[in-house]
Amino acid sequence: MIPEIGHFALILALCVALVQGILPIYGAAVGNSGLMAVAKPAARTQFLLVLTAFGCLAYAFADKDFSVLYVAATSNSQLPLHYRLAAIWGAHEGSLLLWTFILTLWMFAVTLFSGHLPETTRSRILGVMGLVSVGFLLFMLTVSNPFERLIPAAAEGRDLNPLLQDPGMVIHPPMLYMGYVGFSVAFAFAIAALLGGNLDAAWARWSRPWTTVAWCFLTVGIALGSGWAYYELGWGGWWFWDPVENASFMPWLAGTALVHSLAVTDKRGGFKVWTVLLAIMAFSLSLLGTFLVRSGVLTSVHAFATDPKRGLFILVFLAIVIGGSLALYAWRAPKVGLGGSFAMLSREGMLLANNVLLVAAMGSVLLGTLYPLFLDALDLGKISVGPPYFDSVFVPLMVPAIFLMGIGPLAQWKKASVPDLAKRLKWAFGVSLVSALTLPIVMGNWTPLLSLGLLLAIWIVTTSAVGLRERLTHVNGNSLVERLASVPRSYWGMLVAHCGIAVFIVGVTMVKGFETEKDVRMNVGETASIGDYTFRFDGTQDVVGPNYTAARGTFHVSRDGRETTVLYPEKRRYPVQNQIMTEAAIDPGLLRDLYVSLGEPIDDGAWSVRLYHKPFIDWIWGGCFIMALGGALAISDRRYRLAWRRQEPVVPVPTRAVRRKVA
Amino acid sequence: MKPRHKRFAFIGLGLLVLGVATVLILNAFQSNLVFFFTPTQVVSGEAPQGRSFRIGGMVEDGSLVRENDGLTVHFIVTDTAKRLPVTYKGILPDLFKEGKGAVAQGQLGVDGTFVASEVLAKHDENYMPPEVAEALAKAKASGAQQSKSLVVPDGRKGSL
Repeated sequence: MIPEIGHFALILALCVALVQGILPIYGAAVGNSGLMAVAKPAARTQFLLVLTAFGCLAYAFADKDFSVLYVAATSNSQLPLHYRLAAIWGAHEGSLLLWTFILTLWMFAVTLFSGHLPETTRSRILGVMGLVSVGFLLFMLTVSNPFERLIPAAAEGRDLNPLLQDPGMVIHPPMLYMGYVGFSVAFAFAIAALLGGNLDAAWARWSRPWTTVAWCFLTVGIALGSGWAYYELGWGGWWFWDPVENASFMPWLAGTALVHSLAVTDKRGGFKVWTVLLAIMAFSLSLLGTFLVRSGVLTSVHAFATDPKRGLFILVFLAIVIGGSLALYAWRAPKVGLGGSFAMLSREGMLLANNVLLVAAMGSVLLGTLYPLFLDALDLGKISVGPPYFDSVFVPLMVPAIFLMGIGPLAQWKKASVPDLAKRLKWAFGVSLVSALTLPIVMGNWTPLLSLGLLLAIWIVTTSAVGLRERLTHVNGNSLVERLASVPRSYWGMLVAHCGIAVFIVGVTMVKGFETEKDVRMNVGETASIGDYTFRFDGTQDVVGPNYTAARGTFHVSRDGRETTVLYPEKRRYPVQNQIMTEAAIDPGLLRDLYVSLGEPIDDGAWSVRLYHKPFIDWIWGGCFIMALGGALAISDRRYRLAWRRQEPVVPVPTRAVRRKVA
Repeated sequence: MKPRHKRFAFIGLGLLVLGVATVLILNAFQSNLVFFFTPTQVVSGEAPQGRSFRIGGMVEDGSLVRENDGLTVHFIVTDTAKRLPVTYKGILPDLFKEGKGAVAQGQLGVDGTFVASEVLAKHDENYMPPEVAEALAKAKASGAQQSKSLVVPDGRKGSL
């Protein structure tokens, strides 16, 4: 009964989404405020309906209702409750429901925080989101229904893939989807602006916080996925340039470009056409990511063997959304105007260069990801594009972008001068260069890449410091604390996010430069050394988990004769799918991780063992979280809060925008 | 600068970045594309010598042999038509099993043994990488004689 309620809620949601997608947009076009007023209640109703469906599926999982095909396929009666609930997004159908649910959640948020928007804009935004939602609901109801019954019911479920039975599974997909789907708001803003033909600075100011929130979620989502791969796959890597990872990284690159381009549109009224294109691009890449990951064209833990009808549906949907919005763009964008003029050497110019580099990098990732699929589709042979390709294309494109990242925030808008910038930045440059050259020597291993990575990281930090110092001389206040407090939060947000990049670069550079890895055979009582650490293997014990049995190894790790830690890596066997899983044991630290994973038992209690010493690896994820924190700081800025508090859709916002443009 | 000149400058900048990106991409493509071959193709000499490529097929039941160092393993990959011996030193991924599909990357040794530098743990829930499924289908379609060891293509049979 409960699954039928869920199914019915989805059908109702589709009807509501159709109404929401058609009436308000039409109403906005003909100026009928009665039709426009439909948008808000429709969006909220749709949210409640999809929430109901989501709740029904959750209930079916909690209740172990194996008469639902999807529940029987992805869970098991022995699976603990939190993993049963996470199994909602453990495969194709449920993750689409999650996607749709998050889409309606964003819609609901738009209805809450859009009091200050003109009615036409709001109804267009909600209408566009409604149309996107129509696509996904239709998809679920036609080819991918999570509530499909299995008659007769299975006695026992097939279980969730053991790889996915991890706390990472509980949190990584929702975060990632919050990011993916969050770009739909920026997309809807862009389409609404194209439809209305009014792309002013106010438009950019409204869509900025939404884009930043989505970007923060995506950043955290990607970082969580990377960290999960690091400890769960047992290979010690944190990024594999796997197509699935690329699928989430491409929207991130486009989204990062969008965040910066929106800043220019907001502050200077420039880049309008480009910003709109980026908004379309970011969301299109999110859809493409969903298609790549969930359609089964790629082989990975994320892909599920699915029927080709689904792939075709998503492909057609993709073509309609991307093709439609690009056609609208081509039709309307020329009317928008280019915005203010500026010199090549100016903050705008540098942000534009940064944008171009980010998009070029995104394009290279896109090419490397899709090229093998194209060749395969055309039957020209099977190839794969490995990490070396991405490393050798991505790094050279990012180096100038990161270098500009240091200068950009210090350059004046409109026109900057080289001698002035050089004067202000000479100390920062000197300090970065000298420390980047000497630090690796002090650490005992100089390579050009190591110095380059440190140079970029220190350059970001020092230029941020210069920027902050200059800023402090311009703000009012007597004491330093007072002046620090009066620096706007959006500026702090930028500094923090940029320093997050620096932390990230330090992590990547140090791991690449100093990591050590060893595959060894270890007998009981034998020791092996890696870095300054000695690992002693004390044999394995059998342990029993809730739905698995495991051999748990004991490793005493010592340094200079003193014990550092004891690590317990496991080799688990999940009987339901008869699958073996390696659970690595990690001793994390600010300056290094120690990582042990069990290979295979050999004889007499001996095992093949993989040992890693990974300096600074946690800085990689730390950097990502700092970036997201920067984004969160930026959106807590006063001006957004003021905008949200203003309930009435009134005149001040547009007039202010006009004044700004005149000035 | 006049607006027109400026536009040219911007377009030039864009083209420059595009050009550099293209050069980088072509360069990287040239040296980093990894091609995929089936055991039949490798045995019949279609695969290149001295260049890294990928193979895929089923790991033959009972073919896994471990050397005394505990790390070097030998096994046979088959597409049911031809058998290809593979050597690998290192820890095999969890999802590697006899009688299941596997993909390996490496080079062909002079003695016709494939020396794998990496054994890939990727596959879908049916234990069948698409490359492998296709290799098997191809071998079947060419009507080649089935080798003796029977593999279970749907991969659902537990072998642990």
